[in-house]
Amino acid sequence: MTWVNDHWGDIFTLARSHVWLAGVPLILGLLIALPLGWAARRWSRLYPVLISTSGLLYTIPSLALFVLMPIILGTKVLDPVNVVVAMTIYTVALLVRTVADGLGSVPDHVLQAARAMGYGGLRRFFGVELPLAVPVIAAGLRVAAVSNVSIVSVASLIGVPQLGNLLTDGYDRFITAEIIAGIVACVVLALVFDGLILLGERLLTPWRRAQVVRS
Amino acid sequence: MKRMTSVLAVTTAAILGLSACGGGSDPLDSSSPAASGSASSGGAVVIGSADFPESELLAEIYAGALKAKGIDASTKPRIGSREIYLKALEDGSIQAVPEYTGALGFFYDKAFAETDPEKVYTSVQGLLPAEFAMLEKSAAEDNDSIVVTKETADSQQLKTIADLKDKAGEMSLGAPPEFKARPQGVPGLAKTYGVTFGSFRELTGQALVQALKNGQVDAANIFTTDPSIAENGFVSLEDTEKLFGSQNIVPLVVKDRSEELAPALNAVSKALTTEVISGLLKQTVTDKKDAKDVAAEFLKANNLG
Amino acid sequence: MIASILEWLTSSATWSGDSGLGARIVQHLWYSLLAVAIAAVVAIPLGLWVGHTGRAKWLVTLANSLRAVPTLGLLFAVALWLGPKFSSDLAFLIPSVVVLVVLVIPPILSGVYAGVEAVDPAARDAARGMGMRGMQVVRQVEIPNALPLILSGLRSAFLQVIATATVAAYVGLGGLGRYLIDGIKTGDYVSTAGGAIVVSLLALVVDGLLALVQRAVVSPGLTGGTVGRSRRGRVLPEDTTATGEARERAMDGVRGPAGGMSEVGGTVDTPKA
Repeated sequence: MTWVNDHWGDIFTLARSHVWLAGVPLILGLLIALPLGWAARRWSRLYPVLISTSGLLYTIPSLALFVLMPIILGTKVLDPVNVVVAMTIYTVALLVRTVADGLGSVPDHVLQAARAMGYGGLRRFFGVELPLAVPVIAAGLRVAAVSNVSIVSVASLIGVPQLGNLLTDGYDRFITAEIIAGIVACVVLALVFDGLILLGERLLTPWRRAQVVRS
Repeated sequence: MKRMTSVLAVTTAAILGLSACGGGSDPLDSSSPAASGSASSGGAVVIGSADFPESELLAEIYAGALKAKGIDASTKPRIGSREIYLKALEDGSIQAVPEYTGALGFFYDKAFAETDPEKVYTSVQGLLPAEFAMLEKSAAEDNDSIVVTKETADSQQLKTIADLKDKAGEMSLGAPPEFKARPQGVPGLAKTYGVTFGSFRELTGQALVQALKNGQVDAANIFTTDPSIAENGFVSLEDTEKLFGSQNIVPLVVKDRSEELAPALNAVSKALTTEVISGLLKQTVTDKKDAKDVAAEFLKANNLG
Repeated sequence: MIASILEWLTSSATWSGDSGLGARIVQHLWYSLLAVAIAAVVAIPLGLWVGHTGRAKWLVTLANSLRAVPTLGLLFAVALWLGPKFSSDLAFLIPSVVVLVVLVIPPILSGVYAGVEAVDPAARDAARGMGMRGMQVVRQVEIPNALPLILSGLRSAFLQVIATATVAAYVGLGGLGRYLIDGIKTGDYVSTAGGAIVVSLLALVVDGLLALVQRAVVSPGLTGGTVGRSRRGRVLPEDTTATGEARERAMDGVRGPAGGMSEVGGTVDTPKA
């Protein structure tokens, strides 16, 4: 505990980078996965292609993806953008299917009712389909958030600092407290992300709360 | 739709807020020195370091000494191995890094053969890329070494690396992964001493020390300044053929900043000896003190900070 | 770059020897199999019990929250803790396997639990009505019915473990992670990329094989319309390619029954439409 008490500042600074490196890809990934997931629903031939590709992307070991990013993107070796792009790829890989399935979970009669009420095209997507798909998408987003927080820690092996530095430094100098602090900080961060997504889901799906209260 | 946008906006804002409240040093801010390309003279200086404690400590010392001279210096610790941090120096992510003379020689010339400290220093000057410059070297040397436990040294009667010749086949060597490929590493042991270990285990830092102590490896490639050698009574085998050459600590900087950085960093080099750096390293590795604090004390004691 | 990666992958020097690609693949599979086997021994009975009795659902939640533990940190902590306790190579093997076991318990447990829990209550009642008892119901009704989800949990476990077994190389073991770490350390990005490609291919091959196993062992009564009839309430478009389906189902486990952290399994099944 003394180690932790002496290093709150460091932990906080590293946690802040960690939030960035795990959080920004979550938002970017969702923004990319939404149209892709929609396309997978719209053109059913795309579905298997997108799902297979994202499954494949998810099997690439993170360390390799991080290291190869500067070569692919032409960025500098220490640029945090390398990590952000790699994490966005993983997030999209996890979310495309979730979004597609989420949109698919909207019952046909609801869509027909919407159409009958004059909802068409984009308006129906944003006004009816997407809100109804929120629970499924949020569940996928939570998995992605937790996985992102864990994977980002690997970036300390390529010189992009975040909470993973506590792990590598602790291992190099045999400071158990530092490693434990790193683990706990990652778990706490994952819980915070999880809580935020749950909160967002609740705010976006008021009708589900109403059900819960009544029952 | 509106609700959706506003929640997204709030979440984004929350994440941005959470990460921005500590000031302007977020990693994605492209105006931060770490990402701003090869800054021309006068700007901030980032000192990089390799991913082992001595390099981190030296980076902190360099940064502290520069700050004392009014230069806006910060550190970028634990970048990785030489192959990576030299790339970072090249692309302008960092402007200086603590280095070792002989290691640079081996890096730029696979057949590098100089062993005398002065000759190593001058010939490395000629090998460096045009955009890099070495400042003055220090007397402090941190060399590679092959160490074994006291028991192994006694039972196998080992004093020098050459003594391993007939025994290494039955032994395992633990070393950082890069040691396997570097010319003065495994290939060098075979070429210079005819020593080939039966097996190789990739380990670094204290994990390597523990593995030697616990008998998972029979010999280990550990830096001579590592305090764990003395602490565990390990025996450093003498490098009679000077395979590892001379490894004086030296600041490697980008050329267009060298004049500006030279006074502070040369003063540091002057104050460093092998005993001094070993003593400082003991504080970070054994006593688990922060590199920053140990660096600050050293600078203060030497009127550099 | 791509040409040199291909050259690396096909060169005989890459493949030969004790530290060649062939040996590394074998090591990699060995760590992965060991981890999944241990995890399965723990998680399958546990999942069956939780699903069957409906008790201690918090176990599934707890297992899912393990996903938040950074693999690298757990590996280092266990290696520091256990390292000095062993004088053999177990000091490296045990931490790596422990970490991988922790990694794959959640998908397996969630798969088994979600599978058993999703068994049609009518089928269970019918079994009881026929005079079956606890274990008989589990063995003859619940397991066969839950098999598709149990297997997708296992497949997702394999995908994850193969992609993650690279971490063993951090603590001095072999496996395909050696190419990643050594490549980075020596600036040899071709072998880093090559190693990563082999990891991905290995994951796909193993997954494809498991897909075949799945097809062979799942009761024909379930394969036809399971997806449509189950509680997930979504009908997926027909996917004709075996591998496509393979990955699709496998991802199920990664994302589907695994669910979020603080809810018990099956979060993705929940839209109550």
